[in-house]
Amino acid sequence: MHELGVVFYVIDECEKIAKENKVNHVNSVTIQLGTVSGVVDNYLVDCWNWAVSKRELMTNCQLKIEKIEAITHCEDCGNDYNTIIYKKVCPKCNSTNTYLLQGNEFYIKEMEAY
Amino acid sequence: MDTVRVIEVKQSVFANNDKRANLLRDELKAKKTYLLNVMSSPGSGKTTTLVKTINMLKNEMRIAVMEADIDSDKDAKTVVRETGVDSIQLHTGGMCHLDAEMTRQGIAELAKDYDLIILENVGNLVCPAEFDTGACKSINILSVPEGDDKPLKYPLMYQVSSLVLINKIDVKPYFDFDSEKCKEYIARRNPHCQVLEISAKTGEGIEEFANWLRDEVKNWKE
Repeated sequence: MHELGVVFYVIDECEKIAKENKVNHVNSVTIQLGTVSGVVDNYLVDCWNWAVSKRELMTNCQLKIEKIEAITHCEDCGNDYNTIIYKKVCPKCNSTNTYLLQGNEFYIKEMEAY
Repeated sequence: MDTVRVIEVKQSVFANNDKRANLLRDELKAKKTYLLNVMSSPGSGKTTTLVKTINMLKNEMRIAVMEADIDSDKDAKTVVRETGVDSIQLHTGGMCHLDAEMTRQGIAELAKDYDLIILENVGNLVCPAEFDTGACKSINILSVPEGDDKPLKYPLMYQVSSLVLINKIDVKPYFDFDSEKCKEYIARRNPHCQVLEISAKTGEGIEEFANWLRDEVKNWKE
């Protein structure tokens, strides 16, 4: 839901790094996105394409998304399971004493520029 | 054309906001200013609740209010008119939440020193919960007409809130709102979350909320 704000942030950071590295143009930016990060990739791409068209250094810059699977760990039985399917309840022992191991990440990984 | 090269960035978007939020909290601690982040859906009675509470506290502490909205300055004007405390309006320019940097800029605009700054976040149960504003504590106002099942539908909001004010309890007879059920749902998401039942309209429970704030501000200064 807050994709636009996140996109502005990523673009600002990438522009800053691009200037530091004295590049002429950024061709693509790769981000890593957890599947329970709350960011919807379709909307992210829509916002991205609109927002980069207004930045000279980044016109037509492609957004590449690498997904990070959501995994939850059960503290009672030690089981690691798929968060999207089973949510907070461990499918092995029914415990709710669980925490998210990975899946809420949002990283700017790298950018291609010339 | 120059050859394309890959620049490694390896930066976490959310972690960066968390870092800024922690920095802001350190600054606030040094200045002995308590920042409260108030979140809720639109129309839950945030502004009315704040006006009543501020009027109860304004003679014993220095208070300021930051109103965050997508547009308009209606809420900031209401707070100034009804309480007389300093108030500024932050415009998020279409964005659905405030982040730590926007909050810091807002506090810088206030210029004076305060004991308590209240941040009225954008009316929305989703996005504001995802971004740490740098506030000392976050609270949620849930009004009776919204229904007792909100903690089930917006889990993160209740995970990050230290206190939930169930507002508009004066109209409870007209709605199928089960307070006990609601409290159980909140506890399921966050066993440490406190709950107070209030009516900003009749003033019921406002004193308890004011007491909670008094304790929070006092503890923060120690």
